[in-house]
Amino acid sequence: MLFLVQDGITNGAIYALLGLALVLVFAVTRVILIPQGEFVTYGALTYASLSAGQMPGTAKLALVMGIAAFAFDLFAARRLLRWQKLARAFAVNVVLPGAVLALTSWLAGRHSPVLVNVGASLVIVALIGVFLYRLAFQPLAHTSVLVLLIASVGCHLAMQGLGLLFFGAEGQRGPALADAAATLGPLRFTGQSIAVYGLTVAFIVALWLFFGLTVYGKALRATAVNRLGARLVGIRTSLSGQIAFLLASVIGALSGILIVPITTLYYDTGFLIGLKGFIAAIIGGLVSYPLTAMAALLVGVVEAFSSFYASNFKEVIVFTLLIPVLLLRSLAAPAVEEEGD
Amino acid sequence: MRERWPVLVFAALMAAIPFVPDVPPFWIVLLDNIGLSALVAMGLVLLTGVGGLTSFGQAAFVGFGAYTTAVLTTAYGVSPWLALPASLAVSGIAAILLGLVTVRLSGHYLPLGTIAWGLGLFYLFSKLEFLGRNDGISAIPPLSIGALKMLDPGTIYYAIWIAVFVSALLTLNLLDSRTGRAIRALRRGHIAAEAFGVQTPRAKLLVFIHAAVLAGLSGWLYAHFQRAVNPTPFGAQAGIEYLFIAVVGGAGYVWGGVLGAAIVVVLKEVLQSYLPLLLHGEGQLEIIVFGILLVALLQLAPTGVWALVMSWLPVKAARKRPDVSLKLSPRERAPHEGGVLLQLEKARKQFGGVVAVNDVSFAVRPREIVALIGPNGAGKSTTFNLITGVLTATSGSISVLGKRLRNPPPQEVVKLGVARTFQHVKLVPDMSVLENVAIGAHLRGHAGPLASMFRLDRTDEAKLFAEAARQIERVGLAEQIDQPAGSLSLGQQRIVEIARALCADPLLLLLDEPAAGLRHMEKQRLAALLRQLRDGGMSVLLVEHDMGFVMDLADRVVVLDFGTKIAEGTPDAIKTNPEVIRAYLGAAA
Amino acid sequence: MSALLTIADAHVAYGKVEAVRSVSLEVAANEIVTIIGANGAGKTTLLNAIMGVLPLKGRIGFLGADLTQLEIEDRVGLGLSLVPEHRELFWSMSVEDNLLLGAFRGTSAGSASAFERVYTLFPRLKERRKQLAGTLSGGEQQMLAMGRALMGAPKLLMLDEPSLGLAPIIVADIFRTVSELRSAGVSVLLVEQNAQAALKIADRAYVMELGEFVLQGSAAEIERHEGVAASYLGFQHAGESGI
Repeated sequence: MLFLVQDGITNGAIYALLGLALVLVFAVTRVILIPQGEFVTYGALTYASLSAGQMPGTAKLALVMGIAAFAFDLFAARRLLRWQKLARAFAVNVVLPGAVLALTSWLAGRHSPVLVNVGASLVIVALIGVFLYRLAFQPLAHTSVLVLLIASVGCHLAMQGLGLLFFGAEGQRGPALADAAATLGPLRFTGQSIAVYGLTVAFIVALWLFFGLTVYGKALRATAVNRLGARLVGIRTSLSGQIAFLLASVIGALSGILIVPITTLYYDTGFLIGLKGFIAAIIGGLVSYPLTAMAALLVGVVEAFSSFYASNFKEVIVFTLLIPVLLLRSLAAPAVEEEGD
Repeated sequence: MRERWPVLVFAALMAAIPFVPDVPPFWIVLLDNIGLSALVAMGLVLLTGVGGLTSFGQAAFVGFGAYTTAVLTTAYGVSPWLALPASLAVSGIAAILLGLVTVRLSGHYLPLGTIAWGLGLFYLFSKLEFLGRNDGISAIPPLSIGALKMLDPGTIYYAIWIAVFVSALLTLNLLDSRTGRAIRALRRGHIAAEAFGVQTPRAKLLVFIHAAVLAGLSGWLYAHFQRAVNPTPFGAQAGIEYLFIAVVGGAGYVWGGVLGAAIVVVLKEVLQSYLPLLLHGEGQLEIIVFGILLVALLQLAPTGVWALVMSWLPVKAARKRPDVSLKLSPRERAPHEGGVLLQLEKARKQFGGVVAVNDVSFAVRPREIVALIGPNGAGKSTTFNLITGVLTATSGSISVLGKRLRNPPPQEVVKLGVARTFQHVKLVPDMSVLENVAIGAHLRGHAGPLASMFRLDRTDEAKLFAEAARQIERVGLAEQIDQPAGSLSLGQQRIVEIARALCADPLLLLLDEPAAGLRHMEKQRLAALLRQLRDGGMSVLLVEHDMGFVMDLADRVVVLDFGTKIAEGTPDAIKTNPEVIRAYLGAAA
Repeated sequence: MSALLTIADAHVAYGKVEAVRSVSLEVAANEIVTIIGANGAGKTTLLNAIMGVLPLKGRIGFLGADLTQLEIEDRVGLGLSLVPEHRELFWSMSVEDNLLLGAFRGTSAGSASAFERVYTLFPRLKERRKQLAGTLSGGEQQMLAMGRALMGAPKLLMLDEPSLGLAPIIVADIFRTVSELRSAGVSVLLVEQNAQAALKIADRAYVMELGEFVLQGSAAEIERHEGVAASYLGFQHAGESGI
């Protein structure tokens, strides 16, 4: 029994991170981030590839997307070319991923320390996240949630396909972040599960500090609260969107890196993992961070129990969990709503 | 009202295709698939594009249709034709059950709910023994008419495309009706529609069922086309793909569903058959390209390809003038002279700790214009919402014609003869002024959705439009009758709302800032109209900031401040009331 | 008199409907200019278009820079600021954070002196600095909206109906603050239905009807103009402020 709870909490912690990222992205950009799962896979498998001494295709993807993003910037600025701005765009969109690619190919084939591999994986996926926003969502920023959602699914499909191309259909595992283990009563804590708890908590605290104390964190919250208001004080929607995607991709990649030593990941595993985070986010109503984190733990525990007792219907149980919650939330919603498009 | 000949040309064209010599059979298969997807997408257009209810679960309804006929025709030897009503019924009933739960979900919860049951049903299809688990059911008999067995793609082609055309026409008919207007109003929020008697949950459920039955029809055809079913095509992936089709084609347009189906099916086919040749079959290239093209397509045409195509074509819908001689029967007016029409007795509304309306009492008598004034946030609009049933009072009582309202829904309040306008205009911007105003007469029409689909509602419709046209003329907007409501100035839109309210044949008209945005002359015309209505026996309760307008027009004035009534009296008394001057009018300039 | 904002032959359309037609306008440094007219005449539309919230066809220059191609955020950077009709505050954030973000693009980003200046203008905000913006009263929200705009040290502040729905006493307070801004070196473009109050503090005025300017001149001239008196000021002489 207890070990099921423990298992559930380990998974739940990951779902919580993903759920938080989804809430963040939705609040700031109105995008329901289906490709979150791909950030997980890319992070995990890039890390696994680097650890195995292979060159991950994601580094090349980052450069290609960066070049495309620069082309978008050029096109957008065609009427009003300002060299300083373009130079900065070139540095971020082309030089940076280029340097990362060079670094990655230098790393591949060497046995670099775990932390270096983790760092490189995070940077690569972060770049992909930011460029994804620039390429797919920034041009659609004015459209409806539905259109953004469909675009989001399109991105998911393309990125999942690319995942297969980069990492093949074989599952991979990565080395653990920490080897230590401790036993406490009937429970055994591996270094990895401690790393999961520790990093999750650390990340949540870091996010809390970021949003509570820094100007950029506040600007992001402001965009989520009132998009027009934010623009009127000069906060760029595109900047907020990029920061949100940056955070989401880093969180996704980190989750992947945390899981890949525990379970074998395939190019398409991320989607289901992301979906669970998504359920947590929905239960949190796509607005509340603490509720989302709690819901994520619940989803993790329910999943652990149902996979033990009724593994055949595991997914059915997890997904049906949603309906009563959605109903409750709907009924609790205020009767008078100022609706608009 | 819509021009029919392009549809006929298109139908003739589609009918001719199989007769073109040397058409590759593979094209016909493609067209079959387009037709099957188009049926589902059409339902989604109604559900998502028109009704604003996003569903990811449509594939599950296709599954219900397909599995029903599969089980009935294989295990019980039922004829496919007899299985058809069963397939449609099972999809429809499933929609009712799921819909009863899900359409209550508001905002983003609804699409998420559909994902949840979409996935749940998919897993159910693949786990149930009598549905053949993951292997599904095979050896389903083909459709046949007499000796003609529809075995090859070229014969079932006709069954599929007849279904597409019939469904499209029925769907278009439904949209162009009393029920259709109610559905089209859903996307803009339910408050305005409910204020005129639309049962929004029922309207939502209706589109849900309509979309599910179309999906079930597609499933039934699919089962007899493939002659085998398994869970894969009814999963979440497929559900999402149907939504792609609807959005790419143009989620607001029935024919957009058909166009979207053509684009997506052909695109996928081309990518699947040519891309591997080009690039030597590495991984899932077609998925990658498909995903990227999808995003690109959305960036080029965010409102759908159909909308883009239509904006290039010089198509103009011909509109028929309604025959204004047709009459609707007026409301029975109880002889209630001298009594009280509306009575508020210590009405109170609290939001948490904030008292928005604080024990307010006042009355409106027949043939009287009463103005409700006070600073913003004084509780004027909240009072309106209490009277019309949008909000329920925390305590106190509100009676209409001596009948106490016990938290009635807005639909019941309008039946009693109370019609309103809104401070923030709530019209459907892409519907014409005439159609918007006709929503006001919703309760005075009787045709149901089935009658509308089969065009049995025309006399009913003609009367509704006649009434709407009369009211539009009365408020002086006859020139704008065919324009989309959203293209009018805000001031004119407020007047459209008045016409809409008049269509309900009210005893009491509640107007929330009707003169805002009007120029001096227009205000005078509005005042004349309101006086004329009063002299015709109607009462008016209005919220307005323009004191010149109010003091000139109102018989009595009620002043609210911080939710509390601070004064009531004739305009002259109010103007000199020191309390009112202190709280609202201010020291005279 | 050096021109700060220059607009020539501007048109603004919502879809097919032109809400503003061929409008030309100028605001000089240290000047309060008001646009009066009925609700729906296009005043709000014009302000939004100047800010870049809506697309504007025509010429628009600010301090010699061409604004046509610039986004809202860039216009903020140049020293243009709008306090919109609905205030658009960050409701779930504190008064202090709202003000801090007001300086997001400013050079003096969140400096103590910027805060001090706003708190001197609106002492109420200092008392409430830890409170959430959404819990403020209507008048305080208007003060916060203006304070937030001033944090970015704008050269031109555009106010859209600052008196909307406020009690007359607070309205007087707001107008007094607006007239103080001029001496602090901020120009003001004021859109107001309360024509009388606006004309009292303004240097110049434009009268807008159905999307066009039908009259312009010094505030005193406009106030004396017979047509204006009849259609906009008429009943207000009878002793009410017409909020």
